[in-house]
Amino acid sequence: MSFEIYLNVAIAGILTGLVYGLMALGLSVIFGVVRVVNFAHGEMMTVAMYIAVTLFAALKLDPLLMLAPIAVVLFAFGYLLQKSVINPFITRPEHSQFLLLVAVAIILVNVQLILFGPDAQNVQTSYAYDSYQIGTVIVDATKTYAALAALVVATALFCFFRYTTLGTAIRACADNYTGALVVGLDVKHLYALTFGLGAACVGAAGVMLILIVDVTPALGPAYTLLAFVIVITGGLGSMPGALLGGVLIGLTEAMAGLLFTPSAKSMFAFGILVLVLLFRPQGILGKRSA
Amino acid sequence: MIARLIDGVPTRALILLFLLLASAICAPLFASDYLLTILILIFYFAYTGQAWNIMMGFAGQLSLGHALYVGLGAYTAAALFVHFGIAPWLGLLIGVPIAGAVGAFIGFLAFRFRVGGVYFAILTIAFAEFARVGFDHFAWTAGSSGLFLPVKQYSGNNLWTLRGEPVMFYYVLLAATVAAFIGCRMLLQSRIGYFWMAIREDEEAARAAGIDTFRYKMIAVVISAAMTSFAGVVYAFYYNNLFPEQVFHISRSIEIILGPIVGGIGTLFGPILGAFVLTGLAEVLTEGLHALGIDIPGAKQVFYGICLLFVIMALPDGVWPWVKRRLGLTERRS
Repeated sequence: MSFEIYLNVAIAGILTGLVYGLMALGLSVIFGVVRVVNFAHGEMMTVAMYIAVTLFAALKLDPLLMLAPIAVVLFAFGYLLQKSVINPFITRPEHSQFLLLVAVAIILVNVQLILFGPDAQNVQTSYAYDSYQIGTVIVDATKTYAALAALVVATALFCFFRYTTLGTAIRACADNYTGALVVGLDVKHLYALTFGLGAACVGAAGVMLILIVDVTPALGPAYTLLAFVIVITGGLGSMPGALLGGVLIGLTEAMAGLLFTPSAKSMFAFGILVLVLLFRPQGILGKRSA
Repeated sequence: MIARLIDGVPTRALILLFLLLASAICAPLFASDYLLTILILIFYFAYTGQAWNIMMGFAGQLSLGHALYVGLGAYTAAALFVHFGIAPWLGLLIGVPIAGAVGAFIGFLAFRFRVGGVYFAILTIAFAEFARVGFDHFAWTAGSSGLFLPVKQYSGNNLWTLRGEPVMFYYVLLAATVAAFIGCRMLLQSRIGYFWMAIREDEEAARAAGIDTFRYKMIAVVISAAMTSFAGVVYAFYYNNLFPEQVFHISRSIEIILGPIVGGIGTLFGPILGAFVLTGLAEVLTEGLHALGIDIPGAKQVFYGICLLFVIMALPDGVWPWVKRRLGLTERRS
């Protein structure tokens, strides 16, 4: 095999990895602030994917144009979920939160199964087979759009947390829960906002991912796992870490598929996870904390 | 020894326990084939839940990958039986130590490198997933196309080779559940049990009090893994087919731990009660929806999820502490 093939596959892997990164960013933001591990993360992503599929089938709306509206829908979903179901659980032990979100995941997967059936669905855009040629490298146009959109959303989120008052307030909740209460922040509202933002991230990622992979209800649990792997590799709670982890895992999967067999690719992702957990448990860009 | 086991247990509880055991022993005389398969499932989950509870409920180490140990026990015993005709009780002598060793390996890596809490949970998922994909490509156990045990029409029950009718598996699993229950009670009354609970409540404080936390966490993982793998052996010989995608799947791990959490984590009776409640709930939903003429795939699971949501919101400590209060079975302190 020539060098170009490796380069082509690597670039495709990195582009897909950026979308993975955005998905994982949602999980990371939720854990970083609310301290709840969202075991229904992939299931929330498939909700967004199915909305995109339905809108495309019914109204021929391009998923990339629907990015913002679907993200808003997922934001509302996440906000309400945190406000109604998860908030009473924020001080409960991990296994209790785990069970709660597993219940949410079971409901989401099976509602999708009832509504959409078990068959794989996708969208056929006019640009599905377009590509750019840069020198000897051929880059898939769809993946490029998706990766660029992922970068834009991630940057917007980063700026929100860094430069706005609301973002600062949320970071205050993450740093010191009691302190945030003392200075009079409405922590429950801010937690719900954060969960909403995390859901919006994964929603946006889902809309982009529908351009790359077909959606089935069973995809949800698989991507929940993938999001964990990415987030822990990059550093749970670290925003750049999630993107970096996504790129790393995307690249690993692509190269493993090329060098070995595609069915074994998740083994390499989990192999990386184990190595990271053992030698740098806080993740590549994470900060060590309790 | 028996006196020590029942020390401090109210007489009413002993009578109830005895009645429960007696009815469980007599159940196959009255139960239909359908009910018997459900009871087998219940005791399978009661046993595996009890095994998981040692790690999480007693020692406070959250494992989300117990399907790994079920799978290792199942695959080892089944492969030895298929390839060399080795009886499951001998295969057990190989499968259980393998599962224990893998548990020790994971525990060693995690506890040496101070991987705890959520990170430990994800590490256990990672190893189970690793095994799932690995066994998919492992030719000796037939990879992803599945390992099948030879099945014939059996005239009698051969306990030695575990070939026979469901009623035999029922008694094997019932015996295992009872043994696990008594074993856990003994563990909880021993030094190890107290050390575990100290670690669960506050690991730093336990270490400060001079407890070798690494050692006792390792013991919890190894016992839990070894116990779980026995359930795997029975699983393999009961279902007669093994697919990595099913055996090692994360949903299998989740099934195992739902029972003890719903029943009451860290309690002896929680895993058993949880298995009855959840398996019962699933069957009631199946029957109920069938009676209503609803047979949409997924409908049952949606109701199941909603029930789970309400149980965990209403009874965050599990069903057993609540039932215990209702029955007036709080332990006497002697």
